[in-house]
Amino acid sequence: MLEHYLSLLTKSIFVENMALAFFLGMCSFLAVSKKVETAIGLGAAVIFVLAVCVPLNQLIIVSLLKEGALVWISPDFATVDLSFLSFLVQIGTIAAVVQVVEMAVDRYAPALYNALGVFLPLIAVNCAILGASLFMEQREYSLGEAAVFGLGSGIGWAMAIVALAALREKMRYSNVPEGLRGLGIAFILTGLMAIGFLAFSGIQL
Amino acid sequence: MDKQTKGVLFDPLFNNNPIALQVLGICSALAVTTKLETALVMSIALTTVTAFSNLAISSIRNYIPSSIRIIVQLTIIASLVIITDQVLKAFVYDVSKQMSVYVGLIITNCIVMGRAEAYAMANKPGISFLDGIGNGLGYSMVLLAVAFFRELFGSGKLFGIEIFKTVNDGGWYTTNGLMVMSPSAFFIIGGMIWALRVAKPSQQEKE
Repeated sequence: MLEHYLSLLTKSIFVENMALAFFLGMCSFLAVSKKVETAIGLGAAVIFVLAVCVPLNQLIIVSLLKEGALVWISPDFATVDLSFLSFLVQIGTIAAVVQVVEMAVDRYAPALYNALGVFLPLIAVNCAILGASLFMEQREYSLGEAAVFGLGSGIGWAMAIVALAALREKMRYSNVPEGLRGLGIAFILTGLMAIGFLAFSGIQL
Repeated sequence: MDKQTKGVLFDPLFNNNPIALQVLGICSALAVTTKLETALVMSIALTTVTAFSNLAISSIRNYIPSSIRIIVQLTIIASLVIITDQVLKAFVYDVSKQMSVYVGLIITNCIVMGRAEAYAMANKPGISFLDGIGNGLGYSMVLLAVAFFRELFGSGKLFGIEIFKTVNDGGWYTTNGLMVMSPSAFFIIGGMIWALRVAKPSQQEKE
């Protein structure tokens, strides 16, 4: 059992890296990767939100939306299938969790709040969060698997953005062609990193 | 067509392209471009969603309290995406299967949110609708261009029709395996941004 979870964790961190294999969360990935410090802040926030949201969405889908999930209210609901609502429900959960996290961090850890500040609300529309939730639904993970998958995807994404930020800090000393400066070279760097991560494919524990 | 309408519709194509310049909505741009067919379906879906979400948000813009506007926008967009997803599942089931989670990800596509927030909240419904179409077209253009190169060089086909006869089928063209994999999309978009910025030096970033 433990092996299964461990293999899922490494798979979601390295092999199926949210940013480099599925291109999720690219907007903030490229926009916030200019400095290592801010990249670490955003990465930490993403790990946290993913680790909370994915299992929460799994619970909601299995116990409220799936066909026959509402039987506990009344046997008449055995044929009710609300799964078409899953997009709306998932994005709602994510927005709500982000809001709650923001308030909680503000109240109990003001220092962390100041460091993460602007990034927290941005996370609600980060495709990596919704993407991981949708993958979880599509692959029908159990609650435990969903928790591990959420955590692993978060760590993978955070690792990728910190690595890219470090590379871009170094790039400042290089003579990049003028038209390629900034965004263009960031794309090409990400592409090269993605090739590097292809080396992990096929790894199994 | 008066000047403003024209500007709203065609500016996003070259002068202010949402992908190449504003770096919005690239997540899906990279993932669905291995084939022209999926890219085309994705473009149509995104253009429709952007246009109608702009229309809907713009028509109720004076009644949305600003403190909860993000969640209101998200709800409208999510409902439109649900409709799109159901339509795709009903009429082009195979393509919708290939696109898997990326249809749902239109909800968090920054172009849709960005236009709702930046344009529809401040302009009349009619012109906002056109703005949605314009930005959708700008996005489609990049998406189709990337998909064109990736499908042509990755599998020697366009829209599934053979253009280069591949070695496997007894022809002469050795397929470029890199083009089918994810990194190639980054290189192509990076190259396109480079070309665009060499042509229009005013768009270069100064550091």
